[in-house]
Amino acid sequence: MTLEQILFYFISSLVLLFGFLVIVCRRIFRSAIYLLFSLVGIAALYFMMDVEFIAAIQIIVYVGGIVILIIFSIFLTHQVGEKMPKKLIKRIIPALILSTAGFFLTIGILSRHTFSFDSKPGVFNPTVENIGHQLLDYQHYGYVLPFEIISFLLLAALIGSIVIAIRPKQQIKN
Amino acid sequence: MEGIPLLHILILSTTLFFMGIYGFFTRRNLITMLISIELILNSVNLNFVVFNKYLYPERLEGIFFNIFIIAIAAAEVSLAIAIIINLYRKFNTIDIEDTNTMKH
Repeated sequence: MTLEQILFYFISSLVLLFGFLVIVCRRIFRSAIYLLFSLVGIAALYFMMDVEFIAAIQIIVYVGGIVILIIFSIFLTHQVGEKMPKKLIKRIIPALILSTAGFFLTIGILSRHTFSFDSKPGVFNPTVENIGHQLLDYQHYGYVLPFEIISFLLLAALIGSIVIAIRPKQQIKN
Repeated sequence: MEGIPLLHILILSTTLFFMGIYGFFTRRNLITMLISIELILNSVNLNFVVFNKYLYPERLEGIFFNIFIIAIAAAEVSLAIAIIINLYRKFNTIDIEDTNTMKH
């Protein structure tokens, strides 16, 4: 086993362990912190796959933005340290059956399928320069239209979340 | 990453995906359901990058989809948290069994 393989299996087992803790932990704050570790592990996998830009985005947006937002909303809506009620067995059993059935179905299909690798594989070169050139290109199958749509969507989400979360005027007077 | 077969990374992302599915079905708290959705989106992102790197290394399509999914996830989380805070003001709880005004 090379060092890279050992590192990969170690990181992926950490990601799976923290993912498992996310879905079983009964304290909601700890659940969010385990989610943070799991996301950092996936960012480490991106670093191993030589996509440094995606890894940086993963850390900035997910770890620095989304998890912090979730932690803030936990502080706004929960008593810290309070345990969530136990899950009911009638909810656990169907979910367990469904997820294990889907898991084994997918693994079975994946292990039987043979992926067609290129005979002459090209060079994987995801530098920021290449990504930026193709993202803002409007001629050679560039991605400038989805880019504009995404920026519009972000603006709409920003305005929408402000409008939803704002307090109505009568409540301020009281 | 040449020494690692594609199947092992796909097994990792599949396991993470169905963990997220399990959490989504068993949890009855809006924020923990949101956390499960984040797990699902992350496993899908990992799949995009892996397929791009192993099967079509001369292109960058998977990376663009990864970027777009991350942007959509950020938008979705900000909206969902605004809705959750608004619900908490109205009902003083965010358990989905108790917040059912739109049910009828």
